[in-house]
Amino acid sequence: MSNQSLEQQQQEHLLGYRQLAVVLCLLLLLTVVTVAVSYVDLGFFNVPVALAIACGKVSLVLLFFMHLKYEGAIINISFLSTVLFLVIMIGFTFWDVAFR
Amino acid sequence: MTAPQSFYHTSSPAGLSGIRAWLLTHDHKRLGLMYLAAVFFWFVLAMVLGLLLRTELMGQGPTIMGPEVYNSMFTLHGVIMIFLFVIPAIPAIFGNFFLPIQLGTDDVFFPRLNLFSWYLFMLGGLFAIVALFAGDGFPDTGWTFYVPFSVEVDSNVGLTVSAAFILGMSSMLTGLNFVTTFHRMRDRSMGLMQIPLFTWSLYATAWVQILATPVISITFVLVMVERILGVGLFDPDKGGDPLLYQHLFWMYSHPAVYIMILPGMGVISEIIPVFSRKSIFGYKAIVWSSMGIAIAGSLVWAHHMYTSGMSDVSVFVFSLLTFLVAIPSAVKVFSWVATMYRGAIEMTPPLLLALIFIYLFTVGGLTGLVLGAVGTNIHVHDTHFVVSHFHFVMFGGTGFAFFAALHFWWPKMFGIMYRFKPAYIGASLTGIGFLFHYVPMLILGLQGMPRRYYDYLPQYETGNFLAGFGGYLLCLGIVIMFVNLLMSFRQQQPAGADPWGATTLEWSVPSPPPLHNFVAPPVVASFPYDFTTVVERAGKGGS
Amino acid sequence: MIAHKESGERIDPTGIKIGMWLFLYSEIILFGGLFVLYAAYFHRYSESFAAGGEELDRLIGAANTVVLLISSFTVAASITALRLHQRRRCICLLLFSLLCGVIFLVNKYFEWGAKFARDLYPGSETLVGGEPGLNIFFGLYYIITGLHGIHVLIGMVLLTVSLVWVVSGRATAERYSMLDNSGLYWHLVDLIWIFVFPLFYLVL
Repeated sequence: MSNQSLEQQQQEHLLGYRQLAVVLCLLLLLTVVTVAVSYVDLGFFNVPVALAIACGKVSLVLLFFMHLKYEGAIINISFLSTVLFLVIMIGFTFWDVAFR
Repeated sequence: MTAPQSFYHTSSPAGLSGIRAWLLTHDHKRLGLMYLAAVFFWFVLAMVLGLLLRTELMGQGPTIMGPEVYNSMFTLHGVIMIFLFVIPAIPAIFGNFFLPIQLGTDDVFFPRLNLFSWYLFMLGGLFAIVALFAGDGFPDTGWTFYVPFSVEVDSNVGLTVSAAFILGMSSMLTGLNFVTTFHRMRDRSMGLMQIPLFTWSLYATAWVQILATPVISITFVLVMVERILGVGLFDPDKGGDPLLYQHLFWMYSHPAVYIMILPGMGVISEIIPVFSRKSIFGYKAIVWSSMGIAIAGSLVWAHHMYTSGMSDVSVFVFSLLTFLVAIPSAVKVFSWVATMYRGAIEMTPPLLLALIFIYLFTVGGLTGLVLGAVGTNIHVHDTHFVVSHFHFVMFGGTGFAFFAALHFWWPKMFGIMYRFKPAYIGASLTGIGFLFHYVPMLILGLQGMPRRYYDYLPQYETGNFLAGFGGYLLCLGIVIMFVNLLMSFRQQQPAGADPWGATTLEWSVPSPPPLHNFVAPPVVASFPYDFTTVVERAGKGGS
Repeated sequence: MIAHKESGERIDPTGIKIGMWLFLYSEIILFGGLFVLYAAYFHRYSESFAAGGEELDRLIGAANTVVLLISSFTVAASITALRLHQRRRCICLLLFSLLCGVIFLVNKYFEWGAKFARDLYPGSETLVGGEPGLNIFFGLYYIITGLHGIHVLIGMVLLTVSLVWVVSGRATAERYSMLDNSGLYWHLVDLIWIFVFPLFYLVL
């Protein structure tokens, strides 16, 4: 089991305070942007813009706070599969909802 | 050589004795047997219920029960069979027992979580029993709990969906445990393409369990919320859309069909090569088809809803996608048949049951295509044809795979061998009874007899009578099989470590296995289904 | 949730983390079912949803977002602190995160209270008798934020347990899986809120 602790040292990446603080600042900035944008009427683009910013924020949380950026293939691939399944759940419902 | 103590004599955690050694155990083998006991109870109960239902239908008009009781009873039969038998049977019993051994390790990754899952399973069962006797009685909604009826009716829908919620949680955690075990505890010398097919099928199943089960959880939570608060999310009067309930329900319940059948297919993939003394045909194709079924199976849920009033585009798309699922299923069937071709076939009860499985599952799959095609579906939707179809798959498929697994692994789990002759008789009777039971239903369905009806027109009486007759035959066969298995405890005829001449790791350890499964570090074969040494041994007349 | 073999010889943090992620997937899909409903109803009642969004206070929503984001940061930082052997700092950060959780829930309480005062709750006359789309909007609002609130509570329980472990020395710089997993759960709660916030408060 000695090579397991070796492997562990390689895998467990440590995020510094400064790095985390930068991520937090970006997140807060995006929050301000999304609230500010909501006061402007973009017509059709209201929802896509709000969701795009939300996706950006979520990616930051995932990649750094949840250290997905430093995880192995198993977690990364399975996470993407989960997202894909979620997309299918919502998307395929629209085969019905959008054409009724 | 001194035989190591079997897991029956060593408790985990150490120092427990008597009943506590079972109820507090972390040992995956004991947990597998505890699931076996619980599942066995539920199976027998639901089988009796099913038989009573068919007895009622044998003659026109009321015979042994009233219409309300009938409605509650088919709901109970469905809920128990689905949530307490078919879904947990193979993964929770044989998966728990054999997945770690096939991977060459000593337990699952989260042993305590495994115990917790068992308690959740028991709690879910307890809820179902309470729902039966408390208050307004068991729901009569059918196991699908369709809104608006399930929201408005007074019976114990709340308790029953909580039961299903808890059972789903148990199934999900078992899947979580299996995936982690698969990745982190596999023997270091075992590559992905050296893993036995049963374990592969459990892995594919586990993913469906993890990703699909939460959908049913939230759906049932919503049913509860609607019953308590009356938000109206599925109530057209309040702006809701009842079809969305059906979408959410089948988003889980269709993939759940693959939770039920994939482990069964894994069992068959183990049994066929062993008794053909021939390497499995298309090992990689079977692995990929398992994953393919898991993926494609999550794309087709709305084929349960063709006549419910969803859009035509949706009907078209989901019908098309449904046909895709047939491909990986057929790959497996062809691989099994090709494995047997020119093999040195040795007939045993597990092989007989596996053959019956292939036959019945194929019928179930082909009738599934009839239902998957929109044109024919509209004709037979919600008729006995559907009932017959899913019993061919669920019972002819998973049920027979369960019986086959019992007969295949019985000597390993208990270290004793049963008698073959009664097993053959029981299996054949079950198979013949099955056909007499369900083929008339296919015909009844085509003639237009609806499902879930208490009474019917005179022209359906012959078919229903025949089906009931077949049902008794079927149950007689099952009883013979079970009694024969139980009799083996009295005969105590010891089975060796490898009574069948099989090659996967579980047969390299003593029967029953010791607490940590392996006496010596496991030797992983470069290919799990290489029978050259087995055949050589037999050629020398070694056994 | 954390398992270590009774023999204690084999502890595999990566495996424990994989198990936790698998559990998180199930949580994502759990909320996913609700988002399916949101998407379908938004498609059908986009105008009512915009009208419903007007009723919610953007600034309270934004404040709650900020609170959760900061708490996520402090939880992540507490893991760094523990691993750098700065136990005191780790404890302070965790306490602060818990405080953020409390602030969030108190905020939510006043927000729900204000809605109730304006006769906007499941089964209220305004909603039942009014526009069906508005009823659905608020139905989803209460269910999703309610379920999210329950998850905040569970996350706080997990963080409290981790805090106790850190204080008692059961969680250390080498064995921090419990804190790590509680952190992951807390971030997930944050993730869901990041979507809930624009979908309910900003969709106008």
